Amino acid sequence: MKKTITLFINGQRYSHEVEPRLLLVHYLREVVGLTGAHIGCETSTCGACTVLLDGKAVKACTVLAVQADGRFVTTIEGIAANGSLDAVQEAFWNEHALQCGFCTPGMILTAKQLLAREPNPTEEQIRHGLEGNLCRCTGYQHIVNAVQAAASRSGD
Amino acid sequence: MATTTTKSPALLVGQSLRRREDPRLITGTATYVDDVKMPGMHHACILRSPHAAARIRGIRTSRALEMPGVVAVFTGEDVAHLGPVPCGAALPGLRVPAHTVLARDRVYYVGHPVAVVVATDRYLAADALDAIEVDWEPLPAVADPEKALEPGSPAVHPEWPDNIAFTYKQEGGDVDKAFAEADVVVRQRLVNQRLIPVAMETRGVVAEWKPGDRQLTLYTSTQIPHLVRTLVAGMLKMPENRLRVVAPEVGGGFGSKLNVYAEEALMAFVAMKIGKPVKWIESRRENFVATIHGRGHVDYYEVAAKRDGTILGIKLKLIQDIGAYHQLLTPAIPTLSILMMPGLYKCKNVRADLIGVFTNCTPTDAYRGAGRPEATYGIERMVDILAAELQMDPAEIRFKNFVGSGEFPYQTATGLSYDSGDYAAPLRKALETVSYKTLREEQRKAREAGRLIGIGISTYGEICALGPSASLPCGGWESATVKIEPGGQVTVLTGISPHGQGEETTFAQIVADELGVSIDDVVVLHGDTSLVQYGIGTFGSRNTAIGGTALYFALQDLKEKLKKFGAMLLESDDVVWNRGRCVCMKSGKEVTLPEIAAASYRAMKLPENTDPGLVATRFWEPPNFTFPFGAHIVVTEVDSETGAVQILRYVAVDDCGKIINPLLVRGQIHGGVVQALGQVFYEHAVYDENGQLVTGELTDYAVPKASYIPAIESYHTETPSPVNPLGVKGVGEAGTIGCTPAAVNSVVDALSHLGVRHIDMPLTPEKIWKVIQDRRTA
Amino acid sequence: MIPDTFDYSAPVTLTEAIELLSSGAKALAGGQSLIPLMKLRLASPQHLVDLSRIPELSGIREENGVLHIGAMTTHYEIESSMLLRSACPLLPQTAGRIGDVQIRNMGTIGGSIAHADPASDYPAALLALDATVRIAGAGGFRTVSYEDLLVDSFLVALEPGEVIVDIMAPVDPPNTGTCYVKAPQAASGFAIVGVAVRAVKSDGVVSSARVGVTGLAAKPFRARSVEQALGGTRGTDADITRAAALVGDGVDANSDLHASADYRKHLAEVYLRRALRAALI
Ligand SMILES: Cc1cc2nc3c(=O)[nH]c(=O)nc-3n(C[C@H](O)[C@H](O)[C@H](O)COP(=O)(O)OP(=O)(O)OC[C@H]3O[C@@H](n4cnc5c(N)ncnc54)[C@H](O)[C@@H]3O)c2cc1C
Ligand code: FES
Ligand code: FES
Repeated sequence: MKKTITLFINGQRYSHEVEPRLLLVHYLREVVGLTGAHIGCETSTCGACTVLLDGKAVKACTVLAVQADGRFVTTIEGIAANGSLDAVQEAFWNEHALQCGFCTPGMILTAKQLLAREPNPTEEQIRHGLEGNLCRCTGYQHIVNAVQAAASRSGD
Repeated sequence: MATTTTKSPALLVGQSLRRREDPRLITGTATYVDDVKMPGMHHACILRSPHAAARIRGIRTSRALEMPGVVAVFTGEDVAHLGPVPCGAALPGLRVPAHTVLARDRVYYVGHPVAVVVATDRYLAADALDAIEVDWEPLPAVADPEKALEPGSPAVHPEWPDNIAFTYKQEGGDVDKAFAEADVVVRQRLVNQRLIPVAMETRGVVAEWKPGDRQLTLYTSTQIPHLVRTLVAGMLKMPENRLRVVAPEVGGGFGSKLNVYAEEALMAFVAMKIGKPVKWIESRRENFVATIHGRGHVDYYEVAAKRDGTILGIKLKLIQDIGAYHQLLTPAIPTLSILMMPGLYKCKNVRADLIGVFTNCTPTDAYRGAGRPEATYGIERMVDILAAELQMDPAEIRFKNFVGSGEFPYQTATGLSYDSGDYAAPLRKALETVSYKTLREEQRKAREAGRLIGIGISTYGEICALGPSASLPCGGWESATVKIEPGGQVTVLTGISPHGQGEETTFAQIVADELGVSIDDVVVLHGDTSLVQYGIGTFGSRNTAIGGTALYFALQDLKEKLKKFGAMLLESDDVVWNRGRCVCMKSGKEVTLPEIAAASYRAMKLPENTDPGLVATRFWEPPNFTFPFGAHIVVTEVDSETGAVQILRYVAVDDCGKIINPLLVRGQIHGGVVQALGQVFYEHAVYDENGQLVTGELTDYAVPKASYIPAIESYHTETPSPVNPLGVKGVGEAGTIGCTPAAVNSVVDALSHLGVRHIDMPLTPEKIWKVIQDRRTA
Repeated sequence: MIPDTFDYSAPVTLTEAIELLSSGAKALAGGQSLIPLMKLRLASPQHLVDLSRIPELSGIREENGVLHIGAMTTHYEIESSMLLRSACPLLPQTAGRIGDVQIRNMGTIGGSIAHADPASDYPAALLALDATVRIAGAGGFRTVSYEDLLVDSFLVALEPGEVIVDIMAPVDPPNTGTCYVKAPQAASGFAIVGVAVRAVKSDGVVSSARVGVTGLAAKPFRARSVEQALGGTRGTDADITRAAALVGDGVDANSDLHASADYRKHLAEVYLRRALRAALI
């Protein structure tokens, strides 16, 4: 039985009839057409699908679209305000915190939430805070640098 | 025509520019295969064997066909006319099993594709998969390569009961004499465990058939779009110019996408059959069994030496786990290990005996480093074992045996010609960086206090820039086309297929410097066979050294042509090309590149024997490999109670030749090192006796997480390669190659006073704890 | 990869939820255990009842020295609760070691308890805290000790139609030391072994010590022999070593790809020593 859901995604309201089993990540990618959240596993391990649900980082492959009914979703496509990059995006670019880029949207959103909760994280806090996001390319070091750079920039 | 001269801007090569590919990636707007959407697109799911070996007595698809949204189910019989999944490597006596696109009457490994179901949507295709009924007759299987060699073990392919896929020998110098004259011989069995590459993006294919144009387009997550086109066209028996292959954004490969897979031909077949575009996206579970694995060696080493540490000879018996089939390069990978056997050392006497063994497992093939990390691990572990035997310092024994900096080009016992190097330099730098003497002293004191500190060194060499065509089954050259557009902007079409390495940036740096244009005026395109002249692709750290060199020569051709037009426009025969302008040496007058470009396309007047336009294409065949090298030092502490290892320090000094972009080089080193640390501490594709992959998910197969990994200190020495005019060597695999022996040497060093000589990877806490327990009770 | 089809309801009252659950539906909390199972089609419920919109299942409060934690409270809310950090730091410490931040943002304590994964983290802490659990069903509410709720691996004493409403733990009395330590399985993050300790000292003597162990056996358990050995001692390093050595006695330890039974027992002892030292010294 299909359900009608209404979500606020990147500040815009969307309403669709969906099957309850539709995963949020497929809803975003295939129904709404926002393909920035990626799918890297089916065991909720890799974090490539991370989006912010009511401001909290969640793995969109492990949330049903119906669970997000009435809530606010932020995806990677929604964080650059009027065409200017978010501080974390900018820092990822400057610090070469990505290679193939597949993990990057999830990584950036998790990093954003991390900084929202802890504006001046230590290296250890950053590494611990990114445990739910796997990157096979960068060895994480430039990602850690980027989060630090974004932290000091927003601290200015 | 301007006559003022402007100060030339600083050259970009050598600068840490941030990448030009990043804006699309950090905003989520890049297009990976799964982001490709087409009107009427259907979805395919593949039914795979749950058994490592079984006969298929029958397949019933009728129930699946009745499911909602299902349009077709195809089995082995339907695709029997397709050519086999290709093996490009040729070795004398190689046994090549028939590798059909879908299994027919028998399966040979868990994950073997058996049927494909096509539905209008991905959820419905997944539903229908469960409704296909297969009548299996399970058969005995063998998953361990050494067991597979034992008489009476199950035959993977019934036609070859000994399970031997091939044997291969290589010998240089006089090994028997070396061993007869040796003061000491050390022997060790080293296992280089089977690994799963785990690119974060799994594989995926979208196929679209346009009957009106008789044109098939395949979007596939690959490192080698052109080779895929040639080989898949062959499988489909289709003219190559009717097939277009696009590697869109590719989410990591590490060798796992340096291949031609059954699904590429299968989706092409499906699209043509149903007349609709079709998408297949590999699940991670599938990826673990259906995409190639890496490593999978058992190595028996013997090293002969003089008492003073001089290495005289090396013998190696190498058992390579092939898996059930040969993929594109499977049998060639261990031969690379053999080529690299002597490492950076002057040893002229080597003998290798290689046996490739079939097992009922996923095929192995190239995984980051492909044969070279295995070789480096082997020689670098053995040198440490030898040093321990002789009670020599592991740094000293290496200095003693290095090929000297004055000996290049250096001919190795395995037939290679090392291009250039100063092998002692990175080791010296690494030792200084860690304050080696003081560190050893600290280690001694810590040991007295009951702490287990280890210092591990590896000095590696690698074969990069693969490679001269004679060394590869597919051609080893690379191509570049450079077009200066009528407006003066520059478009590069490169035959490599980067997917994270950053050549859209580094190639633009080269173009900007050579032509003197703004980097913002350069666009680098790749990965589409209908756009790019033929190319080989991205693997073996070849992008810059070969692809970049092809680009360099195309740019020289263009500069010549630019000068011809410039001379014509300046009405002078004494002109030079200077930073984007053609300058008359006599009058000082100059014309800019956009002015020349406009004139060359307008073609009102042409220089003698010169065609209009500004386009140059070069296919460059490298005369040799390049040979990067370096030294890594790892300091570890072992928790004697739990066996857990903490990395206290990781210092990498790498020499990858000339550096185009230091920021990107560091990124490659970090990534490579961390992938190798995965092998050292966590990763192992474990099969049980029945050939079931026990580590079948990311919840059981651990790849390193951010919190597991220390900061890596990355330094360089810079020895240009004489093989190419850019002087570059390659850096894509260095981290993976240098790391494993350094880390294992470090942990073994921490435990050496307990009498520990070797521990096989992965160095899990439990394994280390057991070793400590055993030594304490011994 | 893709769940089977099912119906979905998101009631706003407990009564409605219980009604639905009594007719065979399955509760959905944070979904961080259930949805992965459904994707792999290891679970295919016909009907899911999302508990997230029922107000009385959420929130953390203190009443007469007892902490009440709503079943739908997420791991992150527990980890970051100022109240818990001061009144019962063992729970935030334990919650902070669960999975990763995304899992902690969605996953709930009620879901974790109901799922009863033998390698999950909360059981160790809840056993050490002597927590109780309030359950609602068609017949009303009942309260059981957490220890009694726990039946076996992936099995709790819940009747069809019952919902965990909240979890109760006492506020730490003065001079209480607590600690949770865990050896995570490198790939999944679940506990190979996790040990939670809650010890109270009065006049320099251990007046009460409770130890919960997870990961080691098919069912998380209280290490009573360790507790007894510690009680009445001064909690010195020697006392700790002696007591911790008892943790594996008579335990039928798990053995799998990630750790053998022997190693698990050994780790439990080492980690228990460390946890006790942190709590007592
Ligand atoms: C990648 C990953 C890593 C993880 N790592 C850890 C870890 O390290 N340690 C750890 O402890 N856990 C870990 N977990 C599990 C996680 O903590 C889950 O959140 C938890 O086990 C289940 O809580 P949930 O709210 O998500 O429950 P759900 O998944 O929604 O439900 C789980 C079960 O409980 C039932 N249920 C839920 N709520 C109630 C209720 N109020 N009353 C009765 N029944 C109910 C459901 O019907 C279902 O059977 C991990 C999970 C993932 C995906
Ligand atoms: S896709 Fe891997 S965690 Fe969601
Ligand atoms: S950049 Fe490739 S996985 Fe992170």
